[in-house]
Amino acid sequence: MGAILDLIGALLLLAGTSFLLLGGLGLVRMPDIYNRIQAGTKATTLGTLLSLVGVGFLHPEWSLKLLLIGVFLLFTNPLSSQVLARAAHRTGTRKSPATVVDQLEDDLGERP
Amino acid sequence: MEHTSQPRNALRELGVLFITLMLFWVMLVGTLATDTLLIGALVSLSVALLYRDGLSFFTEFRATPAAFVAGIRFYAYFFIKLAQSNLRLAAIVLSPDLPVNPGIVKVRTGLKSRMGRLMLANSITLTPGTLSVELDGEWLYVHCVTVGSLDTERATEEIAAGFERFLEVMYG
Repeated sequence: MGAILDLIGALLLLAGTSFLLLGGLGLVRMPDIYNRIQAGTKATTLGTLLSLVGVGFLHPEWSLKLLLIGVFLLFTNPLSSQVLARAAHRTGTRKSPATVVDQLEDDLGERP
Repeated sequence: MEHTSQPRNALRELGVLFITLMLFWVMLVGTLATDTLLIGALVSLSVALLYRDGLSFFTEFRATPAAFVAGIRFYAYFFIKLAQSNLRLAAIVLSPDLPVNPGIVKVRTGLKSRMGRLMLANSITLTPGTLSVELDGEWLYVHCVTVGSLDTERATEEIAAGFERFLEVMYG
């Protein structure tokens, strides 16, 4: 029984770290800050959550604390990304030339 | 920019924040000994008093059976979407020609409560190819890796509607 739990935990950890790796790759490959944030946020959230669940299988006695970390992560990660993106937009950070539309820019232009 | 459109009960919000903080404290220390509980209660009460406008997960939560059911379905839907978004992102990042078509589109939410809007913005950030950039009252500006519809109503349908139908019941 213990061996099976260990195996599941290890596989979950592997999946989690794979997503983190893909997120890192996304940070390098994406064309501008917004797309980079997108890659960073999603991959780190799922990657870290999977890692936490994996650790939970390896050390069931840590479950409550891991759950707590997961909850904090789930709420703070998207918030910080949103604030980064907003700061980038307000300071006029360069957008990728591939950008097709920016309705926020359009709306800001209309205001006095 | 003001978010309040519902009457707020200050005492209830204080209690809700206090209970949330206490819950976190107990989960963190993992014991129910009297002295740790006392310290936790003291600190939780101080924090709740100092940050009266603070939001907690249960602020403005409608404590009805329907809301609990919607909550469970919301998280189920959310985790499916989170997994989808990671797979889609992986496909984009791994493909040699990097197929992105980015842009920022406007979405209008029907949610009225602060917590409902916060949860919607967070959920949008964590779902396939979308990132909340700016929130202004009922308007959300969302960055998309692959832009779909430019029409606000259709964009709302594509980006927000899936979460809104649950959050509507949970927070209003």
